[in-house]
Amino acid sequence: MSQLNQKTSDKDFVLSVEGLTVSFDGFKAVDDLSLYVEEQEIRVIIGPNGAGKTTVLDLICGRTKATEGSIKFKKKELTRLKEHQIVHAGVGRKFQTPSIYEDLSVFENLEISYPRGRNVWGALTFKRDQQVQDKILEIAEMVFLTDKLHDQADLLSHGQKQWLEIGMLLIQDPELLMLDEPVAGMSVAERKQTAELLQSITKQRSVLVIEHDMQFVEDIADRVTVLHQGKVLSEGSMQRVKNDPKVIEVYLGH
Amino acid sequence: MSSQISAAPAQNSSPVDWWKYLLLAVILLVVLPLALDIFRLNLIGKYLTYAFVAIGLVLCWGCGGILSLGQGVFFGLGGYCMAMFLKLEASNPEATAIQSTPGIPDFMDWNQLTELPWFWQPFHSLSFTLLAVIAVPVIFAFIIGVAMFTRRVGGVYFAIITQAIAAILTILIIGQQGYTGGVNGITDLRTFVGWDIRTESAQYLLYFVNVALLFACLFAALYIKRCKLGRLLVAMREKEDRVRFSGYNVASFKIFVFCIGAAFAAIGGAMFTLQVGFMSPSFVGIVPSIEMVIFCAVGGRLSLLGAVYGTLLVNLAKTSFSESFPELWLFAMGALFIGVVLAFPDGLAGLYQTYIQPWFKHFINREKVGLTPPAPIPEKTTTPAKEPVASSLSSSLEESRNVPA
Ligand SMILES: Nc1ncnc2c1ncn2[C@@H]1O[C@H](COP(=O)(O)OP(=O)(O)O)[C@@H](O)[C@H]1O
Ligand SMILES: [Mg+2]
Repeated sequence: MSQLNQKTSDKDFVLSVEGLTVSFDGFKAVDDLSLYVEEQEIRVIIGPNGAGKTTVLDLICGRTKATEGSIKFKKKELTRLKEHQIVHAGVGRKFQTPSIYEDLSVFENLEISYPRGRNVWGALTFKRDQQVQDKILEIAEMVFLTDKLHDQADLLSHGQKQWLEIGMLLIQDPELLMLDEPVAGMSVAERKQTAELLQSITKQRSVLVIEHDMQFVEDIADRVTVLHQGKVLSEGSMQRVKNDPKVIEVYLGH
Repeated sequence: MSSQISAAPAQNSSPVDWWKYLLLAVILLVVLPLALDIFRLNLIGKYLTYAFVAIGLVLCWGCGGILSLGQGVFFGLGGYCMAMFLKLEASNPEATAIQSTPGIPDFMDWNQLTELPWFWQPFHSLSFTLLAVIAVPVIFAFIIGVAMFTRRVGGVYFAIITQAIAAILTILIIGQQGYTGGVNGITDLRTFVGWDIRTESAQYLLYFVNVALLFACLFAALYIKRCKLGRLLVAMREKEDRVRFSGYNVASFKIFVFCIGAAFAAIGGAMFTLQVGFMSPSFVGIVPSIEMVIFCAVGGRLSLLGAVYGTLLVNLAKTSFSESFPELWLFAMGALFIGVVLAFPDGLAGLYQTYIQPWFKHFINREKVGLTPPAPIPEKTTTPAKEPVASSLSSSLEESRNVPA
């Protein structure tokens, strides 16, 4: 804990969450949580179902309002900002179930996520120029969807939908990327591809991932935070966390 | 690679079928004026004023998923603004000399008003009126939009609230008889800047002005639907949260499209007043507002042209039907709505795309097959004539899934 307190100078941290609490009708889904993410770090949050993992992401991206505590992203207090302002500040978030626009093509899905023309006037005058097309192509290639570009998004497989949503975040070029169970429902091969993808994209940004698949966690994590009943149970390298008796008891044990 | 993208086949990027707009223009500007007497043409003109509302609903409801059951409010406000101007012109001191207070509208005199209320004063001015026809409904829509959408009121709740607003406004208009003409509305309108709008020639001209404005709104809506904002509306309809977390202020887009719908409805309302010669609360309330949604649904709520055809057909049906069985019309209308929603969710436009368009394409392709010299592609020459036709038919069937223009 003393180690954590030293870190509150928040100099090297992209994200510092302190004393974060949210209570739903008295039930504290997240309870006095502190969390610090460094630049270019891949941090994985694990924990049993209902531990509050998704809620933590909801709080950071502004979907849920915190009861108490602070969330600082590059020295900016996020708890007071609206969702779209948090996105503009550089935070991108992927939802637990793939959240894409199924009536639009893959190309259009990526285009909507392209960070230009984000107000009414901008959207009315938006031009699909070379710069936009090149970026969409580049991202489509990264997320393995080049040959699906003109398919309607609802024709994609589950795994491809997950990739598309990751692509939609990448095209925003966020400094903090938050992914909620990105490999859920993916085949083994797809998981491997996704792990490589995450490793390649973290060169310019920090990533906060929620995941259940332990193999996948070992593959990608710099550090792991174990959440239990809204509190941090353990934190550190995967090796350390795996051998922590508290963790074994509540989570890995059964 | 990039050239492939610029020719993106995705629905919203497919080229506009301009011939469909041309066809509508020919029907409205040539066929109907030649085929119908002025009485019936004026009736068509009246129906077309509802089409303005239906076009707005295509954007709000069809694309954006915002179902407003109160569009009659904006139609009515636009219509009333125009009617106030016309009424003041009709109430000059000479024409109203027998009143106890000459120079004010007759219904005010009947309600013992002795001077023109302050909010009527500016409607002496034509330029103010033309501005107010658009501005009053749009500002009202903006206030409703800000109040609802920034609080994230949507879906059924929004529909019910807009319906309540329509009901309240009707009650208000009926209740404030001295200021609004009450349940009879503002009637006995005669001239527009000295030009008698009741003559045949005036009605012809107003009909053509109406069609021109309708096309202006159609093209504006087409532009909105096909630009990025149109795709954003579809995205919001499907996954509002995803749009929000892609950095968009969702409420501002909803407010915008709601205001556009209000502006279209207002133009329709003003043209209604000019062509029909009166405005009354019966075009403001719940029933007309719901009827307008039905016009849009019958036409196909994603299709701008469908909205125009749907409005015309339902109104023609209404006129002929209610002449013979007036008491049954409401039931027929309800049945029509349920039928369309359950069986043909894409309305007339959907039927066209599933049944007529493939047939057209089939026909056109057969022409082309017959015309092209068979030399360059040897494979095709050897295939029997039937096959390309069959394959083109199946491919056009696939295309028919596309969202209508
Ligand atoms: N909006 C909410 N209202 C009430 N309870 C909620 C809400 N969001 C989450 N919870 C509760 O908070 C707890 C943590 O949920 P969640 O963060 O989804 O867990 P997980 O770690 O599985 O992602 C659960 O018990 C859930 O029921
Ligand atoms: Mg979860």
